[in-house]
Amino acid sequence: MSEACKITVERRNDVAILFTDGYINNQGGEEIARQAYAQLDAGARALILDLEKTRIVNSIGISILIEVLERVMDRKGVLAFCRLTPTIDKTFRIMGLAQYAAIYPSLDEALKAVAAAPRGEAARNP
Amino acid sequence: MAKLETARSGLDAGSREISLTIPVAPDMEIVATAQAVAIGEYMEMPRDKIDEVKLAIVEACINAFEHAQTRDDRVHLTFRVGRESDGPEYLEVEVFDQGRGFDQRSVEMPSLEKAFGGGKKRGWGLQIIRSLMDSVAITSGDWGTRILMRKYK
Repeated sequence: MSEACKITVERRNDVAILFTDGYINNQGGEEIARQAYAQLDAGARALILDLEKTRIVNSIGISILIEVLERVMDRKGVLAFCRLTPTIDKTFRIMGLAQYAAIYPSLDEALKAVAAAPRGEAARNP
Repeated sequence: MAKLETARSGLDAGSREISLTIPVAPDMEIVATAQAVAIGEYMEMPRDKIDEVKLAIVEACINAFEHAQTRDDRVHLTFRVGRESDGPEYLEVEVFDQGRGFDQRSVEMPSLEKAFGGGKKRGWGLQIIRSLMDSVAITSGDWGTRILMRKYK
């Protein structure tokens, strides 16, 4: 019924940016996880999830994002989110995700913050 | 604009309820959210609030799809536009399934701390619904489950 969430990846040195486009449900979440793990295996230290083109992340999608966060933390990496809708931002904060993965209003701010974050420390929330 | 106002007065005259039945099938929750968008836009609810209603509907439908084991393989939704006396207009959404029901006391509160280290990562649906909507009432039994949730404009 809904179109599958499309993920595109851009790599800037040791930072991988994953741009999502569409509904993040179980399939969307799994595709994000697949791409994220591939980037970690390829040496990425930090992941930025840019959700500008996503309006809904359901709880199954969020549970997969938690798995991604856990994997990043295990590897002493950094995960950040940017360009969330107010509803997604609110949901992530309700769940406590913002304690472990910083949320930025823009991609530029996310890039600057993760570049400055030491390995193993969450980038600071603005 | 005139058309909208005519439509609004028509709704005010009594037809303030819309029903929708969706099959238990992948992504059908998105069909239900489309109805919420249409009604939310009609009542000029801010976009962010419509998005919150959409996510609450998605979570209520997913709960029914995954856990209810409905007898009719369907989830029934009713959308109501209303107004409390001298209060703001609201959109009320009822999500009803004829499933096996559940005991709300047995639903464990999720947390990220529990999720990390191999713990359960699912189970956020009800917490998300309660956080996004202005009021939520859940009734459940062997007849099924009814989630009644309201968002003020």
